Amino acid sequence: MMRSVGNFISSKWLVVYAVAYMLFLYAPVILLPLFAFNDATVVAFPLSGYTTKWFSLLWSTDALHGAVRNSAIVAMTTALISTLLGACAARSAANYSFPGKKGVMGFIMLPLVLPEIIVAVALLVMLMQLGMSLSLWTVIAGHVLICTPFSIAILSSAFAGMENSLEEASFDLGETRWGTFRRVTLPLIMPGVVSSLLITFTISLDEFIIAFFLTGTDVTLPVYIWSQLRFPSKLPSVMALGTILLIVSVVLLIIAEVFRQRAARRQGMDAGAKQGLV
Amino acid sequence: MPSLSQESRRGLTLLSPTLIYALVMLAAPLTMVVMFSFWTQDYLDLDKTFTFANYREAWTQPIFQVLMWRSLRISLVVTTVTVILAFPIAYYLSFHVKSRKALWLFLITVPFWTSYLLRVFLWKVILGYNGVLNSSLMELGIIEKPLTFILYNANAVVLTLAHAWAPFAILPIFVALEKIDRSLLEAAEDLGDGPLRRFFRITLPLAMPGVVASTLIVLIPTVGDYITPKLVGGTDGLMVANMIQIQFGKANNAPLGAALAVSSMVVVAAISVGIYFAGKKFGGKVK
Repeated sequence: MMRSVGNFISSKWLVVYAVAYMLFLYAPVILLPLFAFNDATVVAFPLSGYTTKWFSLLWSTDALHGAVRNSAIVAMTTALISTLLGACAARSAANYSFPGKKGVMGFIMLPLVLPEIIVAVALLVMLMQLGMSLSLWTVIAGHVLICTPFSIAILSSAFAGMENSLEEASFDLGETRWGTFRRVTLPLIMPGVVSSLLITFTISLDEFIIAFFLTGTDVTLPVYIWSQLRFPSKLPSVMALGTILLIVSVVLLIIAEVFRQRAARRQGMDAGAKQGLV
Repeated sequence: MPSLSQESRRGLTLLSPTLIYALVMLAAPLTMVVMFSFWTQDYLDLDKTFTFANYREAWTQPIFQVLMWRSLRISLVVTTVTVILAFPIAYYLSFHVKSRKALWLFLITVPFWTSYLLRVFLWKVILGYNGVLNSSLMELGIIEKPLTFILYNANAVVLTLAHAWAPFAILPIFVALEKIDRSLLEAAEDLGDGPLRRFFRITLPLAMPGVVASTLIVLIPTVGDYITPKLVGGTDGLMVANMIQIQFGKANNAPLGAALAVSSMVVVAAISVGIYFAGKKFGGKVK
């Protein structure tokens, strides 16, 4: 097998390439914690010393706390709504056939490739025309739109791998539609649902352009960070904030990944699960 | 709809919340942008008489032409670079990594989940005049004066975007490579095909759907990127999204902004359709 497919480019060079590529991918990420703990007001090398003062500074910045609260509200609401909408669409796409399905699904998945600025501008134009004022709700509306396709992608595989006979058995045993959903379907797709909630939460937490266009007076975290980037003296604490955000995102992602793999395993698709993280 | 079967109706009912949301929040706003682009605005007053004036301005004014061309050029270069860099890594993952593929995929997506704003900003720190790259190169004695061609221009935008979109390019190619039936390659080898022939006649054509997907997933959004040109692009690296933002913000000319948005969407859509059909023609089947 190795010989038959492997020797086009010798395996050794591919390993070197892969390591170099990972260095490129991680270059900015490694710098983030370095500068967060660096005892200097300029974000540049050489590093001057270790400090945690930038982190403690975050505790006393009131504007930041408002932004964190706003982002938490937006991200949680977005995660719930887009997972709900994603579940409806994913179930429909996985288990039913109807005319025009491909086109309709393509349209719903469109925000995945549409430039975010187009989505932002379009929503702004509509809100202007309707005379609505900008608020956290308008940000949520935009975030739900771009998060739903991700939720559909995650939940589609959860539904596709589900054994339909289990639901049929439940009907045969006299359970109602709702009862079957609650007691059979939902537990089966639960890992996918959790994974979708975490991923959409993370996307919303980091989304900038739509929030930038649609936010009113209550800014979200990325919009707050954007406003801080203009002031060189604020940069070290922005690095500290970024480090915290990185840790939060990675923790959420690991949990999402664990649930996704549990979903795969539950459906007997062991191939994917065996090569798991741990 | 009486002609629909019960199954169809159930499927559509289930889909309807999501579909209605997409219609209200996506189709309606997009339609409105198109309408807007045919109107005119004088400070705060909107004139709803139908006119092509915005498009005339968007397509003939040198500043808009320059920005549109630059956006397209940068996006095409970014896409090419990103996909070419992504292919070997996807190939490595699919053909050489035996276990722990999921771990590799996870590690590739981790940097993507750091705040996009901060990643772009950190590239500025790396590429700057006194940046990480220049200071380490000078320390090593490779250069004597800091390099200046790496920040505040199109090169910096290309590099930063290629970094930002890497996972989106790798994943579709990886999925396509995983689907390739390995016995085809063994058969080709048994029939005397060398490694190069096998790659170009089997692996690459069969990976083509993934390559096309990667290309489109990177190309379309990058044309409209706002943050990267603004932070690392300097004046020579600004792109069409920055101009759209200016028209909606400071310039207070939403109709012109809308015309720019619609124009760039149409151009990108046309190019995407071209790439899609080219990919279909050149790949997908084993010759």
